[in-house]
Amino acid sequence: MVLVYAENSDGKFKKAVLETVSYGKKTADLMGTECVALVLGNVDDAGQLGKYGASKVIQVNNDALANFDSQTYSKAISAVAENLGAQVVLLNQNSSGVSLTGRVAVRLGADCASGVNSLPSLDGANLQVQKKIFSGKAISNISLTAAKKVISVTGNTIQPEETGSDCPIESMDVEVGSAGVQVVSRDEQTGGPAPLPEAELVVSAGRGMKGPENWGIIEDLANTIGATTACSRPVADVGWRPHHEHVGQTGVAIRPNLYIAAGISGAIQHLAGVNSSKCIVVINKDPEAPFFKAADYGVCADLFDVVPKLTEAIKKTMS
Amino acid sequence: MKQLVCVSKTPDTTTNIKLAEGGKALDSAGVNYILNPYDEWYALVRAVELKAVAGGTITVINIGDASNDTVIRKALAIGADDAVRVDMQPGNALSVAKAIADHAKEGGYDIIYCGKESIDYNGSQVGAMLAEYMDLPYVGLGIHMEVEGNSATIKRDIEGGTETVQVNTPFVLSCAKGMAEQRIPNMRDIMSSKRKPIDVISGEITNTSTSISNYDLPAGKASVKMIDPDNMDELVRLLKEEAKVL
Ligand SMILES: Cc1cc2nc3c(=O)[nH]c(=O)nc-3n(C[C@H](O)[C@H](O)[C@H](O)COP(=O)(O)OP(=O)(O)OC[C@H]3O[C@@H](n4cnc5c(N)ncnc54)[C@H](O)[C@@H]3O)c2cc1C
Repeated sequence: MVLVYAENSDGKFKKAVLETVSYGKKTADLMGTECVALVLGNVDDAGQLGKYGASKVIQVNNDALANFDSQTYSKAISAVAENLGAQVVLLNQNSSGVSLTGRVAVRLGADCASGVNSLPSLDGANLQVQKKIFSGKAISNISLTAAKKVISVTGNTIQPEETGSDCPIESMDVEVGSAGVQVVSRDEQTGGPAPLPEAELVVSAGRGMKGPENWGIIEDLANTIGATTACSRPVADVGWRPHHEHVGQTGVAIRPNLYIAAGISGAIQHLAGVNSSKCIVVINKDPEAPFFKAADYGVCADLFDVVPKLTEAIKKTMS
Repeated sequence: MKQLVCVSKTPDTTTNIKLAEGGKALDSAGVNYILNPYDEWYALVRAVELKAVAGGTITVINIGDASNDTVIRKALAIGADDAVRVDMQPGNALSVAKAIADHAKEGGYDIIYCGKESIDYNGSQVGAMLAEYMDLPYVGLGIHMEVEGNSATIKRDIEGGTETVQVNTPFVLSCAKGMAEQRIPNMRDIMSSKRKPIDVISGEITNTSTSISNYDLPAGKASVKMIDPDNMDELVRLLKEEAKVL
């Protein structure tokens, strides 16, 4: 059996969680078994996970799970996996997944692969999965041969697929202990474009912008298409842009459908964080800029001239 | 305050990855190795800052062979007091975490630091596994920490924002950008690091069932399509019709 931990964010499932349920269904089909989803806490409509391939949802309600803590959560996930005899446990590779995947693997005495970005292939009872390493500069093929396997899946690996209908929900009581980490407060951006790790469209700029006062044209372009803004590292380091916008090997790694980069040279450390983008557009006045070699479309010109023109051209097609 | 910082050795960020043995291995010829930036810039420097106010000691721990001593010396130059090297080939994250836990269980550490990830295998696994082997609380992706007595208040990255949490020592922490600022050791620090002890202990590989069977390189991009700067309508058309991303 394949168990998918379906994380909820304030009672709702994000797209990446639905992707992992579909991933679980495909893995279960491959192994000739069923896919079960696990929900911790209250969710309005957990049965909807059936549409994406879960044959049932296990719901654990326990006051100790009110706030995220890797100890209580991993105890709950591992206990359910053991009760059900799960062979594979799937999680999302996100800010909570990085705290849970390794813990669950150790608790279960399982093999572990994190940040996987392809569907598995089956080799007898073993699973083979792919994961990007060296920030996307190479790919490792990992084989998991222990009886139990824990895998965390990178967002956008597959799209959610509606294959069925709502499924039944069963509740289960498990021992979770008490939380060692107490959540004091949360500060989340509300409204606005998607956060960078989840963004499908990103507009980014670098030192070619000359100064922070010039970012209006980048924001206009981003607002026009509903994109999230990003920047190169030196721009964040000198305080032209906030640190959370810094993408690259030592910043946020992104995997949008479209990445537009203006006035960024395309240093190897920058490319390492953006090379998973499906389509890259580079605007740079230097024909020798290394970024052109990694781009799908290039515009060799002054960004102060081209970026507003691009925004206008997009607006025209929208009206 | 007794602090332990887990450090790894990684290829420098400019490394071009090449395969060897028909994809069974990575070609290490000409690769320059560094202290993993997340371990160095954020975890270790935060530990040094905390020691300056709370006192105590900082130990760094690394899993690997004697060729790792160069990056371990760098960590000692930045401000660790001593080092432990578990002499074994890392293998996989489970074996690394178990080897660290075996040492740390005896050490009585208050805070155990890891970087957010190592920039080679990008696993982000060791910290959480280590915390589980030691049955300790774990805070992942920390970007700011205040410590008072045995209580730490830590801000950590979550999707689209931050979360502030409270935890008592002992605990395990992973560090991301914001936790501290990179420090360049001066000549005196480098000289004195040569006299600091590196304790070499033996370890054993505890998990062999998770392994990398082979490597691939990503498929290269087809060559870039250059667009006339005076024809942004054409770029928009291509993004909509050819790339289908708008
Ligand atoms: C260990 C390490 C880690 C690093 N990690 C990261 C990382 O995570 N992310 C990151 O981004 N960098 C990282 N770097 C830095 C990286 O090496 C580069 O220095 C950085 O990416 C360069 O930023 P940039 O492209 O904005 O600036 P520059 O390299 O200065 O490039 C500016 C570009 O703008 C162009 N330009 C100038 N004016 C105009 C104009 N009017 N119109 C059009 N184009 C114009 C120029 O032709 C040039 O190509 C790291 C470096 C190290 C050593």
